[in-house]
Amino acid sequence: MRRILALAAALALLLSGCTAGGDGPDDGVVRLRFQSLAWQKESVDANRQLVKEWNAAHPDIQVEYVQGSWDSVHDQLLTSFEGGEAPDIIHDASDDLSDFAYGGRLADLRPLLSERLRADIPARSWETTTFGEGVYGVPFLQEPRVLIANRKILESSGVRVPTPEKPWSWSEFRQITQDLTRTMGSGRYAVAWPLKEPVSVSLNLGVSAGGRLFHRDPDGRVTVDFTASDGIVPGTVHDQVVSDRTAPRTTLGSGGSDTLPGFFAGKYAMVPLGFAYRQQIAQQAPEGFAWTVLPAPAGGEGLAQGVSPQTLSIAEDSPHKKEAARFLDFFLRPANMVRLARGDWMLPTGTAALADPSLHTARDGWATGAAVAEYLRPAPAQSVRGYPEWKDKVATPAFQEYYSGAIDGAELRRRLVEDGNRVLARYQRR
Amino acid sequence: MSALRTSGPARAGQYLALLAYLVFLAFPFLWLLSTAFKPAPELASLHPTWIPENPTLDNFRQAFDEQPLLRAAANSLLAAVSAAVIAVAVATPLAYVTVRHRGRLAGAATGWVVISQAFPFVLVIIPLFLVLKNLHLINSVAGLVLVYVVWSLPFALWMLMGYARAVPAELEEAAAVDGAGRIRTLVSVTAPLLAPGIVATALFAFVTAWNEFFFALVLLKTPEKQTLPVVLTHFLGAEGVADLGPLAAAAFLATLPSLLVFGLLQRRITGGTLTGAVKS
Repeated sequence: MRRILALAAALALLLSGCTAGGDGPDDGVVRLRFQSLAWQKESVDANRQLVKEWNAAHPDIQVEYVQGSWDSVHDQLLTSFEGGEAPDIIHDASDDLSDFAYGGRLADLRPLLSERLRADIPARSWETTTFGEGVYGVPFLQEPRVLIANRKILESSGVRVPTPEKPWSWSEFRQITQDLTRTMGSGRYAVAWPLKEPVSVSLNLGVSAGGRLFHRDPDGRVTVDFTASDGIVPGTVHDQVVSDRTAPRTTLGSGGSDTLPGFFAGKYAMVPLGFAYRQQIAQQAPEGFAWTVLPAPAGGEGLAQGVSPQTLSIAEDSPHKKEAARFLDFFLRPANMVRLARGDWMLPTGTAALADPSLHTARDGWATGAAVAEYLRPAPAQSVRGYPEWKDKVATPAFQEYYSGAIDGAELRRRLVEDGNRVLARYQRR
Repeated sequence: MSALRTSGPARAGQYLALLAYLVFLAFPFLWLLSTAFKPAPELASLHPTWIPENPTLDNFRQAFDEQPLLRAAANSLLAAVSAAVIAVAVATPLAYVTVRHRGRLAGAATGWVVISQAFPFVLVIIPLFLVLKNLHLINSVAGLVLVYVVWSLPFALWMLMGYARAVPAELEEAAAVDGAGRIRTLVSVTAPLLAPGIVATALFAFVTAWNEFFFALVLLKTPEKQTLPVVLTHFLGAEGVADLGPLAAAAFLATLPSLLVFGLLQRRITGGTLTGAVKS
């Protein structure tokens, strides 16, 4: 019994030592918490270094770097907001902000941001973080989808290699995948579509062909319509998998990383991936493997495609919004934005940062991405209330079945429009 | 009494089925082990192998270099051990009293224990967060331990009630007849018989707390306090992209303490399980 009591006492002492203190000493120093979602070593290093530089230069405003995770950021922020314990500065993606913005959790940045920062980032990027009248985040990194191609297969086949100035059209892309597959031999495919998350790929690439899917009435009400333009990109993918057999059915349920072994082994000549995947390819590709970055095919709207940039926001509950905004202004100076972009292998939204020569080199396909940057638009679903439910319950299964050939285009349209509008209507009742 | 006899082929079939089941159970762990030692090109190979052709420790080096795994493991260990000890310390007398003093209250308590298992944690996390905030227990391992204890207590209680029921009351009565007092009877007779159950329950509470992710993510704010499951997510990027090699290395290390504890206490757990399963 004495031993049990001793153990309990030791435990109590141990736990009392683990209890958090207050919010810091009352020494007049403003302390800000910055929750970053950077995860790759280069990116984390860049973030930490910038925080260190800020702290060295601003002893009266100290920023604490807190590591968050993309995997769980929404739930974690939701709980933190409800509990009044949210970080002062929040890293997230623009398509995750709408609920927090409309819910009054994020500060309207319009009166807080410097004129330099507002002028540096193009209006089309600001649109991704504008909800109602306010601006609730600074879009600072963005990622187009590109075609990562096996250079040897592409060059030996003799097909025209596209450039941002002269990209493939969607119909040309389909034809070229037929030609490529013929030259590659059996069991090999011109393109592998990793469509584990088929909705954002379909919608965002669909912008190039004039796809919009979501239509906003003058009174602000959003409805889904599926026009001929909306069907061009999904139709191309469907035909490549189902009728042309230029894309394997097996990768439809895969994530981007899952397709890389087949890509490295020469089983697929091209893989449509996010721009940041280049880092994985650079790290994992076997020695001597030659790869190149091509722009995604273009449609009636050229190289346009939808993106949801990474953002930095300030919590409405933060007692130090002005200081947080000053930190953002420092953090997103052009030179710093370049460091962050290179760390994440993504493109900066700021025009001054985007002009940096290091982002226009041919090496690792930076130049192709930089050339595409000016065509990037807000993702079609941006700020549509009810989109997450529409995506999960209606669009994801519909696109998956359509791409695998289980349903036809008419049924895809019916589900997206009829079932989809029923879902959206619930969110727009007055 | 006649023993059941099985023919040779039937026995071979049984062993085969058992082997298949063991392989099925071991597959994720062995794959994790294999992945942890593979260099990047082998991880990206179209023809994956069980045994790495060029085994490397680079993934472990990178994992330790990029994330504070040791500190996170220490936090996890502190939280899990504390939660297990407290949960068992609270649940053991409760279970004993509930079993020995049957009445309406005990019946209601048991019912509540069963019902409370049905609450999804997303339902309780926000109220819990607010309560802990008022107690100044946000961002503290103590707050996390409190949550883990509360979370594992119903099942621990339920589990221990099964073991307590299996302790024959006649033994305690015999001790009383021999002149032992209440405390002496509990310490010398009841406690040793409950020991396997206590060990099994503590292990359950330990593993639950060791693997728990969401509460730790939400409650711990500063990097110094984060536990291992939270730190493991730092190897994951947006849209499911993963730094596979270091992630596998770190995840492999994270499974070791549970395996170690299971290995050390295996005999007692087996005994405990059997003890709880037999009705007196």
